[in-house]
Amino acid sequence: MRARARPVAQSVTEDEVLTTTAGTQPGMLRLLFGNRVAVAAGLIVLAFVAIGMLAPAIAPHDPNLQNAHAIRVPPFWHPEGGGYALGTDSLGRDLLSRMIYGARISIFLGVVVVLVTLLVGTALGMAAGYFRGWFDSVMSRVVDTLLAFPFLIFALAIMAATGPNLIALVAALAFKGWVDFYRVARGDVLAARDSDYVAAARGVGATTPHILFSEILPNIIPPLIVLATLRMATIIIAEASLSFLGIGVPPSIPAWGTMVSDGRADVASAWWIATFPGLAILILVLSVNLFGEGLRDVLDPRMRK
Amino acid sequence: MWGRFVARRLIQLLPVLVGVSFIVFLTMHLTPGDPIEHMLGQAGRVTQQQIEELRAHYRLDRPLFVQYALFLSNAAVGDFGPSYSHQGRPVGQVVAERFPATLELTLFAFFLALVFAIPAGVFAALRPHGPVDRGATVAALLGISMPGFWLGIMLMIVFGLRLHWLPISGRIDLALVPHYVTGLHTLDAVLAGDSHAFWSALKHLALPGVAMAAPMAAMVMRMVRSSMIGVLSQDYVQFARAKGLPESIVVGKHALRNALIPTVNIVALQTGLLLSGNMIIETVFQYPGLGKLAVDGIGAADYPLVQAVVLIYAVSYVLLNLGADLLHAALDPRLRLA
Repeated sequence: MRARARPVAQSVTEDEVLTTTAGTQPGMLRLLFGNRVAVAAGLIVLAFVAIGMLAPAIAPHDPNLQNAHAIRVPPFWHPEGGGYALGTDSLGRDLLSRMIYGARISIFLGVVVVLVTLLVGTALGMAAGYFRGWFDSVMSRVVDTLLAFPFLIFALAIMAATGPNLIALVAALAFKGWVDFYRVARGDVLAARDSDYVAAARGVGATTPHILFSEILPNIIPPLIVLATLRMATIIIAEASLSFLGIGVPPSIPAWGTMVSDGRADVASAWWIATFPGLAILILVLSVNLFGEGLRDVLDPRMRK
Repeated sequence: MWGRFVARRLIQLLPVLVGVSFIVFLTMHLTPGDPIEHMLGQAGRVTQQQIEELRAHYRLDRPLFVQYALFLSNAAVGDFGPSYSHQGRPVGQVVAERFPATLELTLFAFFLALVFAIPAGVFAALRPHGPVDRGATVAALLGISMPGFWLGIMLMIVFGLRLHWLPISGRIDLALVPHYVTGLHTLDAVLAGDSHAFWSALKHLALPGVAMAAPMAAMVMRMVRSSMIGVLSQDYVQFARAKGLPESIVVGKHALRNALIPTVNIVALQTGLLLSGNMIIETVFQYPGLGKLAVDGIGAADYPLVQAVVLIYAVSYVLLNLGADLLHAALDPRLRLA
């Protein structure tokens, strides 16, 4: 995976300053900043976050405002384009403004779902790995069952039942997502509970909560952070896919997946409607993945391929 | 030992299947919409009594637990009840009609992914950091980061609408009468010796197949590459080289076999992604398979239909992973002891 770093790095940034200043910084930060691809990717992700947060201030138009006199206007460089940077959709809504608002919901849902799954999965995984016994057995049955579902079909089954609404969407995306965190946390805690440092802590009379949260938890956080970053990419695509099928984000909220779906019927006459929102998904997900893999190389050498 | 291993894996399967079926059953019954109202949506005026009769007819008036027991015992023999959105025809029948289309597309995408990913992974591993490796790695990253529905639409715009090379919807030219033996149009055309129908069916598979195969090809390529790099540094590979075997035999025979063993599980896992991709890609390309059937069924609140399709997907996925575990164990005897 490190192989990828080079070719993209040369095309994305030629910033030699970063590597030279990084040379003076100690440890992990130096490693992370030394990976120019990861840095560039991280900056792109930050830019998307900023765009999403500032959406009302920077969007040139109201994302839901329909203009019957400006239907399917092409992007600005097109001879027939004008007034709308990336053109308008079949209801005369400004694509760029809708995409800016779309960043908001994609990132918001990605962060919420990842946080929920991270907390639930880690808590259950630590409990199962540390205490074993009946809880671990029951959990392993539950996990086996959940793993038997392809992720998207599972989310689809839930969303089919509830219809498009945000709370159900978070539940659908999180319902299986915590399993990954559970497995990592359980495995690492299982290994840690028999380790010397935990035995030493026990020897000096440390309580179980102290061992779990002060001794073991700090050691298992790095792989969990890496997993959380990479999961974010998966969640963003899954959310967009469900929205594309009309069972994700409610249609009143501008979302990238919904926008691609809106543009599907017009691909022959107005290619831009479906193209640009998908491009936004690609760039964000690609950046999250590159950043996550850079993070993995730094935080979790074991997971390097 | 082998028999016991298989038996144990089969027994482990039972609670998983019960759990899966219960979740499928439960999700579909949490819906706020009333299927009876959906069925009667276009029927005009109906009396309350007629509604109650229909409800009783479809057993929607029984307690949830009884409905699950009925669902399970019927599902076991392939009876999913009547489909609300297909004039009350048996769901089993509707699903069976669509199944070959999805099977054909999924198999096509599966082989497409492997045919592309395995050589790409091997060649990338031969010269890590070389031009092939860089190209393949960037392609894989794009494949993983691209939403399938968008890739499908882009392929449609470029190869269908601009270049007019390939059809963008359906399974076969409407003017052609498909030969019906297995329901797989390409296979049936070969059996009938009809090259015209074969090319038509293959062309219709091309775009949805590529869109569906892309993420799987990316994951498998990465796995083959890293596994191959590991194997190539092993002593037995060095030994094969040292005794003067040509590199093609060292790589193609000695190394590849061992490199592919850990790939088996990831292939099964990724095939699960293909199944998820069914729903999306079939919707994009208006391909008349199970995935599109389910998506349409959601719109019509057709519980039995969606239930049946989701259950089929989940069970196929469970069986696929079982198959992969068994294959993995067959290839690597150490696993049977675990």
